[in-house]
Amino acid sequence: MIIFDNVSKKYGGNIGLTRASVHIKKGDFVFLVGPSGAGKTTFIRLILKEIDADSGSITVAGKDITRLSRREIPELRQKIGMVFQDFRLLDKKTVFENVAFAMEVVHKSRKQIKQRVPHVLELVGIADKADRYPHELSAGEQQRVGIARAIVNQPRVLIADEPTGNLDPKTAMEIMNILEKINVRGTTILMVTHAKDIVDRMNKRVVTIEGGRIVRDEQGSYGFMDDFDYDSDEEVDRYVF
Amino acid sequence: MFSRAGYALKQTFSQIWRNKSMYLVSVLAITAMMLILGIFFISFVNVDMFTTTLNKDYNVIQVYLDENNDGAEDKAVEEAILALDGVDKAIYESKADALVKLKQRWGDNAYLLDNLQDNPLPNSYLVYVEDKDAADYVAEAVTEIPGVDDVTYYRDTIEKLSKITRFVETASMIAMIFLIVVSVIIVANTIKLTVHNRAQEIGIMKYLGATDWFVRAPFILGGIVIGLVSSLISTGAIYVIYSKIIGLIQADVIRMLSVELVPADYLVFNLLIMCAALGVGIGTCGSIISIRRFLAK
Repeated sequence: MIIFDNVSKKYGGNIGLTRASVHIKKGDFVFLVGPSGAGKTTFIRLILKEIDADSGSITVAGKDITRLSRREIPELRQKIGMVFQDFRLLDKKTVFENVAFAMEVVHKSRKQIKQRVPHVLELVGIADKADRYPHELSAGEQQRVGIARAIVNQPRVLIADEPTGNLDPKTAMEIMNILEKINVRGTTILMVTHAKDIVDRMNKRVVTIEGGRIVRDEQGSYGFMDDFDYDSDEEVDRYVF
Repeated sequence: MFSRAGYALKQTFSQIWRNKSMYLVSVLAITAMMLILGIFFISFVNVDMFTTTLNKDYNVIQVYLDENNDGAEDKAVEEAILALDGVDKAIYESKADALVKLKQRWGDNAYLLDNLQDNPLPNSYLVYVEDKDAADYVAEAVTEIPGVDDVTYYRDTIEKLSKITRFVETASMIAMIFLIVVSVIIVANTIKLTVHNRAQEIGIMKYLGATDWFVRAPFILGGIVIGLVSSLISTGAIYVIYSKIIGLIQADVIRMLSVELVPADYLVFNLLIMCAALGVGIGTCGSIISIRRFLAK
């Protein structure tokens, strides 16, 4: 589904990613972990074609996106659902309207929207709050709306950028359950996270990036981190939700 | 197709409503610009028409005959005129014919001429010359013919008017370019503020796979609405003012001076088309400029 083949990206003199090669198969659930500034964001921005790789090739859903023209980018992004740490819901739209918005953007008919949106809201467990506005919802509920919006157009890949970063542990696990449910239905999931507990508990494939290099790609736990400073409160906070 | 257009229109009007004060200020500013443009346009069209009308008569010299002439003397003048090089024909216009023509020209005010005791207009010949150069020579030569009282020839007037027309034309072009640039900047800034107000929404749209045109359309339509509304208001205002001016002046003074103003309906229709096209152009350019950089992000 996503293939990085020897991909490198530099920002001026700073390294974003160095000769990264990864193969994420259809239906995989992959955690992308690593310290801040390691290259995780670069990895995602390359998939979304927000930036171009300096060298190497990136294939998404069978298409080499390094050669995509600007006009073809919307088509690529329609295959990818995006979930953000800060939810990015539109304050003046209701839950229903926020999710429907994703369908309007890709020219779905009113009939299709009326059929599909309630179904997706049901799937993420927020159907009873369809008429509420984002500010009337808890953080966990807002993230459910964010997920509903990301999956309503049935993307092939769902990228979740620290989706549990603003949530308490219990709510975070609820969100993880929803993501797992979506994964079971066939959507490939790539989740960026710092949440060691979640990664360890989920027991999925973990790709670790450090200094722009992919240093580990294994099934299972978050992994031992040589450079983890256990005496730094800031760093400890970062890994405990 | 229709649902896409409908969606874009819905977005456009909700966006205008959300930013109504900004759009209103833009419309007022562009309307003021178009009013100035309209005044230049009206001046230009009228001066140009007046010059064109006179230009048609460049080959006609009106030769007024001495009122003491008898028929034979008038005939002798005709023969002398026809003997000059470059003269095509000479048509006699009696003082009675001249009065009838004047009455026709004065229209509703012709009754004023009814009070005249005597017809003050002289008999004349309308002398048609072959070309402009011949006209100068003939106009000069006929004054020497015995029995000729005076000569009217429009060449000087035409040349002066042509200069005025060229000046008005150049001034209009400079004003138009300046006002268009200012208008585009006004629209671009209004749309830019609207774009910033919707920055988050646009960012999400792009993540969701919206095409550039889908994002762009409501802003371009918003710019076009500013241009079109401004053109309607300015043209309407010009129509009212110009009709009043025609009503007040043309009936009395201008008609007596034998000058016609371009009819309001004809002129305003053309002005509307011009302003609407300009408005659409200004709106489109302004909005494309303001959103282009934003979409490139």
